Amino acid sequence: MTLLQTNNLSAFYGDFQALFGVDVTIDEGEAVAIIGANGAGKTTLLRSVAGALPVTRDSVQFDGVPIGGRSAHDLVLLGIAMVPEGRRLFPSLTVEENLLLGGHSKRAGAWNLKRIYDLFPRLYDLRRMPAPTLSGGQQQMAAIGRALMSNPRLLLCDELSLGLAPVVIRDIYASLPVIAAERTAVVLVEQDINRALDATSRFYCLLEGRLKLTELSKHFDRAAITAAYFGL
Amino acid sequence: MEWLNILIQGCLLGGIYALFAIGLSLSFGIMRLVNIAHGDLIILSAYAALVVTQQTGLDPISSLVIVVPVMFGLGYAVQRGLLNFTLTGGLLPPLLVTFGISIIIQNGLLQVFGAYTRRLQEGAIETASLQLPGGISVGVYPLIVFVVALVSVGSLQLLFYRTGIGRAFRAVSDDADTAELMGIDNRKLYALALGIAMIFTAIAGVLFAIRTIFDPSSGPIRLILAFEAVIIGGLGNIWGTLAGGVLLGVSQAIGAALSPTWQILAGHIAFLIVLIVRPSGLFPRTRD
Repeated sequence: MTLLQTNNLSAFYGDFQALFGVDVTIDEGEAVAIIGANGAGKTTLLRSVAGALPVTRDSVQFDGVPIGGRSAHDLVLLGIAMVPEGRRLFPSLTVEENLLLGGHSKRAGAWNLKRIYDLFPRLYDLRRMPAPTLSGGQQQMAAIGRALMSNPRLLLCDELSLGLAPVVIRDIYASLPVIAAERTAVVLVEQDINRALDATSRFYCLLEGRLKLTELSKHFDRAAITAAYFGL
Repeated sequence: MEWLNILIQGCLLGGIYALFAIGLSLSFGIMRLVNIAHGDLIILSAYAALVVTQQTGLDPISSLVIVVPVMFGLGYAVQRGLLNFTLTGGLLPPLLVTFGISIIIQNGLLQVFGAYTRRLQEGAIETASLQLPGGISVGVYPLIVFVVALVSVGSLQLLFYRTGIGRAFRAVSDDADTAELMGIDNRKLYALALGIAMIFTAIAGVLFAIRTIFDPSSGPIRLILAFEAVIIGGLGNIWGTLAGGVLLGVSQAIGAALSPTWQILAGHIAFLIVLIVRPSGLFPRTRD
């Protein structure tokens, strides 16, 4: 069943157009990667879906309902959660307070503090620490946990692996199957193509704000991706 | 012993300055709103209490039962209906709009109440005093005001660090955009923040008006004192604001002991010294 659909989605930063008529479909419980070079519009796509950018009403549909242009906090209530690029934990809150804040919307579901600590046991020991004292990987875990606390149906992850050591990235990606087991659809925006394709069933490749290629992740053709990625 | 007396009187005087400053500190800390109308809102609260006492026969402190909810509602409505629209266009729009509110309040009060100086009467408690060992005499009323300031700051501390709404306030103060992505309705929260700020503004206004005469143009001076307390203490730090108020009070008491004409000036000089030595205040909030 289709959970998210964008129809001819265009997005702007002031006068600058960052997305040009992008059509993306994501099914319930599905994991999808969005890849592309710097400035291709990946983050813009996520932010448009999450309500952080003004877009037209019908250009984004969630669960069959047009949601384009609704405020971000409204969309959290509907079940769209975001792990922002660079983690963006709240620096004056402890780890546990950051997680609790993620549950501000009080959406019912499978995730709660205990389950987050089961998923990322290291966070339990660090729960009373101020968020900025954590390592990058630990912060990323807290940011994922914070988003899960709203019990999302759609989890938007922006550059999970950015700036992290490979061994830490592996740990973080190991949590994705657990998240998928709750029928949560996951969108991964990544520059690390191999990592993203391993963890997803389909991918979209963006180039300069336009959709260039979409395919099943396991059938990917490296030459085709390279062409779409760099616009060759 | 004389200096101990000056120190104690100064601390107690600082209580009212801290109360002036709490509302300002809150609205700046949470939404970076520099509320130029803050002093006039203090005076508006005093007039509200004046009307309530005249109409109902309540004493000024009991009138807070009515004045506090009214000012809370006013703060909520002004933020929701007006100030929220000024927060996206940089620093200038909220300054201009609150400056306008300041002028409207001052002239509105002048229109309705005239330029007469007023005072709220609380009765015997105003002049009661306690004798401490060593011949130090402490006014009961200033002591009450100081305790109210302490309790106010303490209760805000509990609100911020022990409740979900306080957590949300801190998160929005850290990073409003991300807070919105986590499901917080910033505009509603901002309205609540100014509402809460106005609770303390109302308390400050009424307690102030019991011990000092006021008229429609009394606001801007309270605004300056509040600003000084907030900046001395460090922006966004509520305990710092209390310390800032006390430092102002003590400086004024020391100034007054040297020469009565030095009282007000000594407070401003202390503020300037702090500004030069520690431009971000004595206890700036540790973040970034």
